[in-house]
Amino acid sequence: MSTGDGIELEHVNVWFGEGKERVDAVIDAGFTIPLGKSFGLVGESGSGKSTILRAITGLAPSWSGMISVLGNILGRERDKEFYRTVQMVFQDPYASLHPRQTVDHVLSEALSLHGFKDVNDRIIQILDDVGLNQSFRFRWPHQLSGGQRQRVAIARALIIEPTILLLDEPTSALDVSVQAEILNLLTRLRAERKLTYLMVSHDLAVVGHMCSKIAVMNGGEIIEILTVEDLRALKASQPYTRQLLDASVQEC
Amino acid sequence: MSMDTELPQKRLTLHEWLTTETPASRRQARVSAWYRSWLAFRSNPMAMFGLGILLALIFIALFAPLLAPQSPFTQDLGARLSPPGKGGYILGSDSLGRDILSRLIYGSRITLYIVSMVALMAPIVGLFVGTAAGYLGGWLDITLMRITDIFLAFPKLILALAFVSALGAGIENAVLAIVLTSWPPYARIARAETLTIRNADFIHAIKLQGAGALRIITRHIWPLCISSLVIRVTLDMAGIILTAAGLGFLGLGAQPPSPEWGAMISAGRKFILDHWWVATMPGLAIFIVSLAFNLLGDGLRDVLDPKKSSK
Repeated sequence: MSTGDGIELEHVNVWFGEGKERVDAVIDAGFTIPLGKSFGLVGESGSGKSTILRAITGLAPSWSGMISVLGNILGRERDKEFYRTVQMVFQDPYASLHPRQTVDHVLSEALSLHGFKDVNDRIIQILDDVGLNQSFRFRWPHQLSGGQRQRVAIARALIIEPTILLLDEPTSALDVSVQAEILNLLTRLRAERKLTYLMVSHDLAVVGHMCSKIAVMNGGEIIEILTVEDLRALKASQPYTRQLLDASVQEC
Repeated sequence: MSMDTELPQKRLTLHEWLTTETPASRRQARVSAWYRSWLAFRSNPMAMFGLGILLALIFIALFAPLLAPQSPFTQDLGARLSPPGKGGYILGSDSLGRDILSRLIYGSRITLYIVSMVALMAPIVGLFVGTAAGYLGGWLDITLMRITDIFLAFPKLILALAFVSALGAGIENAVLAIVLTSWPPYARIARAETLTIRNADFIHAIKLQGAGALRIITRHIWPLCISSLVIRVTLDMAGIILTAAGLGFLGLGAQPPSPEWGAMISAGRKFILDHWWVATMPGLAIFIVSLAFNLLGDGLRDVLDPKKSSK
């Protein structure tokens, strides 16, 4: 295994429930994301793309197969070192911030969990990095808009300086104009911090803008992995992918 | 005067400082959140009325020796069962010639003691049991919830009676018995709240930051459970006062000659037809304080309900 690999998945299955009630959410998924690259997972709702993120972060209860991060094969439990390396931004910024904690509280708790000392400087720095004014520091989530909340969520994920960021439809709950801002922010941060992105989206345009390689999922299976150049040239080999492309071209 | 002219004009008033949208420190953010809740609470006249009564009760309990016209224990058999207003007894005297007003005033201390002890202990037990069961799940959840079910299967007062008779009569044991019988509903509420919160994204997010179960329960789940518990406890206060009075009435709570309100009603029941005030005055006191707690609870629900304030 080369050390240049950020995330590697081989034959990963994820399921919910047991026996008769068993639902297979992800079937035999496999892909490799080199360090510093940006990888997209597209598919309709229920195709298992978010479940893959949950399996990587340890939030999915039952999975099999091989997942490795930075060359380390993951077991059942995730340790603190893993959470230092891999962070996630959730889909709904209205649900991902604790309603009774100020921005400052959220950020300083993340720092203290990982034993950072210069809490004050780091908070000032990260707010600046995600484009939030210092006056936001002591606000409560209900005083923030959706886009501002998502910036806080990104700040929370990045303040402990991970190398890999998992993005679970980070813009789908936001207005179109705010979507573009957040996407530009994510692109800029990736360039500045040399981050590896694994981004889930149902929006081909978003993934095409952000990622260099794309996996198309349908019914829990990865049916095709193609580069963004192939995507732009509409060169898909699978009929399902072509269907997706056609639908998204018609939208534009 | 020179101070006034030197101060810049943009200096904030206290109200502006408290309601600013851009707090400048952790302390200001917290104080201003409290202040907003207070503003919302203040606009509810019934809740303010309840709060006023309870503050008066606390004041009376604190300054009982100064406020009471007589000692609550001094007997005057010559003036026994004097009607209200006669012979200097504003609310009448009881069967041993003791001033009922003074006994009520001293009795407020006992009521407050019972209420505050129960309010401190029962919800905390319930919070521990409920959040642990709800968050950790599995066999721990099953065990804790079956124990809760067993406690819930008995009528509260009967169970309290059984505990007090086993432990021995007295205020401390009455408090303990009430705590032992009143924690299960709080555990239920805390568990239900925990179940709705535990799969929220913000809990996943802190889990992904590497926080352990203890930290998540105490720092992230408790703050969200506490408001619904506070509301429920305040609304239950009336019931707790009545249970305490019931135990006193049955002779299992405070012991004579201590002026506990329930025990006073019990002592007055022999004369209830001819000398109505002996049982009625402590009954009115219990009624007023219970009502005050209920009004306060309603007001707190409007202010604290997380379903309303989270948006």
